[in-house]
Amino acid sequence: MELYRLTAHEAYDKLKKREVSARELAQSVIERIEDVEQNIGAYIHLDFDAALRQAEDVDRHIAEGCELPLLGGLPIAIKDNMCTEGVTTTCASRILANFVPPYDATVVRRLKERQAVILGKLNMDEFAMGSSTETSAFKKTKNPWDTDRVPGGSSGGSAAAVAADEAFFTLGSDTGGSIRQPASLCGVVGMKPTYGAVSRYGLVAFASSLDQIGPLTKDVKDCAMVLNAIVGHDPYDATSVSRSYSDYTSALVDDVKGIKIGVPKEFFGQGINEEVKSAVIKAIELFKEMGADYEETSLPYTDHALSAYYLIASAEASSNLGRYDGVKYGYRAAQYDDMIDMYKKTRSEGFGSEVKRRIMLGTYALSSGYYDAYYLKALKVRTLITRDFQRAFEKYDVLVVPTSPTTAFKIGERMDNPMEMYLSDVCTVPVNIAGLPAISIPCGLDSRGLPIGLQIIGKAFDEETILRVAYAFESNTPYHNEKPSER
Amino acid sequence: MISMRIKPEEVDYIAALSRLFLSEQEKNIYARHLSEILEHAERLSELDTDGVEPTAHVLPLRNIFRDDKVKPSLERDILLSNAPEVENGCFKVPRIVE
Amino acid sequence: MEVQTLIGLEVHAELATKSKMFCSCSTEFGAEPNTHCCPICTGMPGVLPMPNKKAIEYAVKAGLALNCDISEFSKMDRKNYYYPDLPKAYQISQYDLPLCVGGYVDIDTEEGPKRIRIRRVHMEEDAGKLLHEGWGNNSLVDYNRAGVPLIEIVTEPDMNSPAEAGAFLDKLKAILQYIEVSDCKMEEGSLRCDVNINARASDKSMATAITEMKNLNSFKAAVKAMEYEEKRHREALLEGDPTVHETRRWDDARGVTVAMRSKEEAHDYRYFPEPDLVPIALDKSYVESIKEGLPELPDQRYQRFISQYGLPQYDAEILTSSKYLADYFEQCMTIYDNAKTVSNWLMGDVLRALNENGKDPSDIPFPPVYLVDLIKYVDDGTISTSIAKKVFDEMFANGTDPGAIIKEQGLVQISDEGELLEIIRQVIQENAPSVADYKAGKKKALGYLVGQAMKLTKGKANPQLLNKLLERELN
Repeated sequence: MELYRLTAHEAYDKLKKREVSARELAQSVIERIEDVEQNIGAYIHLDFDAALRQAEDVDRHIAEGCELPLLGGLPIAIKDNMCTEGVTTTCASRILANFVPPYDATVVRRLKERQAVILGKLNMDEFAMGSSTETSAFKKTKNPWDTDRVPGGSSGGSAAAVAADEAFFTLGSDTGGSIRQPASLCGVVGMKPTYGAVSRYGLVAFASSLDQIGPLTKDVKDCAMVLNAIVGHDPYDATSVSRSYSDYTSALVDDVKGIKIGVPKEFFGQGINEEVKSAVIKAIELFKEMGADYEETSLPYTDHALSAYYLIASAEASSNLGRYDGVKYGYRAAQYDDMIDMYKKTRSEGFGSEVKRRIMLGTYALSSGYYDAYYLKALKVRTLITRDFQRAFEKYDVLVVPTSPTTAFKIGERMDNPMEMYLSDVCTVPVNIAGLPAISIPCGLDSRGLPIGLQIIGKAFDEETILRVAYAFESNTPYHNEKPSER
Repeated sequence: MISMRIKPEEVDYIAALSRLFLSEQEKNIYARHLSEILEHAERLSELDTDGVEPTAHVLPLRNIFRDDKVKPSLERDILLSNAPEVENGCFKVPRIVE
Repeated sequence: MEVQTLIGLEVHAELATKSKMFCSCSTEFGAEPNTHCCPICTGMPGVLPMPNKKAIEYAVKAGLALNCDISEFSKMDRKNYYYPDLPKAYQISQYDLPLCVGGYVDIDTEEGPKRIRIRRVHMEEDAGKLLHEGWGNNSLVDYNRAGVPLIEIVTEPDMNSPAEAGAFLDKLKAILQYIEVSDCKMEEGSLRCDVNINARASDKSMATAITEMKNLNSFKAAVKAMEYEEKRHREALLEGDPTVHETRRWDDARGVTVAMRSKEEAHDYRYFPEPDLVPIALDKSYVESIKEGLPELPDQRYQRFISQYGLPQYDAEILTSSKYLADYFEQCMTIYDNAKTVSNWLMGDVLRALNENGKDPSDIPFPPVYLVDLIKYVDDGTISTSIAKKVFDEMFANGTDPGAIIKEQGLVQISDEGELLEIIRQVIQENAPSVADYKAGKKKALGYLVGQAMKLTKGKANPQLLNKLLERELN
């Protein structure tokens, strides 16, 4: 088998046993990228020379007899909204096209400390606003399963790169489903950890109270390993939680006996594709066969989550994106009359239309006269949604639902209808609103041969149970072995 | 048919507040899109939230502080290296008239 | 119609922390532009704020010293607006749940003591600085000040004259200095003041629209601006002229206020809870411990100066109005026992010299022991009072030891009778007409002759002895 086909843990084992060198791994993935990237378009920035240099450093390190840290030597990639010192970080926006951060995001620093080999930066929806990676100012990423279709978003580059074996794993960020939905559409594993588990320092903010970084991987074990590397308290993030984080790989046991699964009916209603529904229900039946209990339940406020989400996320975004004004960094309009004119031209030319739409929506929701009706109301509904989950988790260990209401849709299909696009997130946003952890794992293919995602939602900081349930499912199903056919 | 919840003059006001220029065409599109989104959001008003505390933070954290210690600042050349225009060690902007 | 002026103040004080509010850059004043900056205080993408514990402590301290209640639950909010000195396009501030609420400050007015209510004290971060002059069609931005912690102290509109507002500002400055949370240097911008002013009929039947004046950077300017506005509002009210709620700028050179271009959306700040920061919930024991640690405040010290040193109220008030001045006085008192003499020097020559040089009591260029030495040289007759003033000027200019000045410039008083008589005889000889005048009963002529003798001795003659000897010689 080609080396690039390996999972991260398999590659790491081979490296540790000195069956392969880091350079060989990097070389293999680089060749793979050279082969398929022109059809996929997962990357915004690639630096093979830098990657090979890093790989050689790892080989030297191993040759000197030093311990290889977990994930060390693995060629990986980072969503382009996480700052990388000395390497452009664009958020797929024209306004940051030339921005070179003088600092690393905490997660990037942690991966570098473990000597992961960074290949480059991945395409995404502009400022992570979108569900198809089509709002990127630079390119459209194609779904490796069908290149006429979107990879999902906003971490579409991160999901497509893993699905096409263009990296052993990638990092994405998830504000309303941006890791899980593309993972689902690309047939890979994607996890959004509990809000506060992974530092947001250096993650270019979309909606600060919802954003969370997480892994996109080839299987559940890889997911646990990457999670181990990135979680933990960070003194540079006031919303990062200081607690003891366990070794997530120890949660990987093929046993769900006695696990209580809640199946909230609101996630199976109108708008959820029948094939998706039946695949998820089949999965739930399988859990029962494996010894878990399940029960239908209700999270009555779920139907309001999407509205609350778009108001909260856009409000925060409108403020977070104020700093892109052409003064300190990034794009500045070429011609302008005065300061205000400079601001307006810079921002109008620098931002794409989806970003402008969200800034407008968020500004409106916060503006005087509308704050109470929209923003404050959304925060109150957030309380209700959070309580829904709290009540459910008094009875259940996990909730199992679809990740995305549909499988991958055609490129361009939803671009003119924002509301339809926003509905792609209907199953994922409630989780962000409540700050909970959730994973998406493959649970089958639809009649077109497109992957379907199963979402497992857990209690705050109980990533272990999610991983255990996901691992058990994966161990008893073939879906994670399905690969997109070569084209 | 969607009722226009946002009037053109409101779009102008919000655009000015957001420091955005919109073409007439964009204004119409945004007015329509925002109206559509807000119509969806309007359903929140059906919910009784009397006595419900707003949740700005899901975390139960309080009092996260750092000690008052000075650490070296960024080198100025690096700080200014991304700036569109620089002069005399400063970020250069169009003249501000009061 | 009886007309009342209503003044409310918003005072911004930079806190004397070593590092900034949300990052570890230095707050030191006067560095080269943009050298106390990092990704956090310049609002680079992805970075996050981490609040300075000391800044919170200082804000609580200020709240307690201003008799406020400290909120059990408080949070930070974002105030959104675009201006190039504001790197994130929002200022982290506090909106509906400030750290401190409902205090007061007592001031002295012509009608006696008066209580000015404090509505709130909240935390926020400072903005950067814009340099407008000398860059043609451009302005330059220096973010050294961006992110320096501030407290904003908001009063109720309880002041009824610019003089009362001035008294409040003096008192507030003294309190902040006493508790050592701010160095209150207006010339460095560490204390700035916004004014809200209007006039209304005493029976509240009518009122003018409020004028806001922002960033007045000296108390003198603030008081002058208020005096100008008070007059304008009173006239408008009496004449029945319409007024509009507006922001006006004080033009110090012309001595007038000017309406600023109003921006339609200027007040739509879209405040919302800062999602990057968690709430502040200070427990009672923490607040209690800060309260217990509060030092003596100006009012208490004023009382003590009267009782302990027997100073007149006027002296005690002036001396205690500045912590540095009061400290200086008390340091003098550890090595000298005549309080009134020291007070006279401080309230007289020292304050005059500071004022003339636009300096603050913290800038007195010589230690208390020098001032006491100077006083002692007068006491023991080494120098005369008038020579002492000269020595003082020299001390103030160069910070030199008075003993050294006296010695170097040979300023020791001439108290030797023989030496003085020689000079007196010379004066009598050279000023025959004045001597004649004196003998003819014009007593004033004596003063002239004394002056001539002083001139010859370069002011060093012991004046009492000179007088005595001159009179004896003339008679």
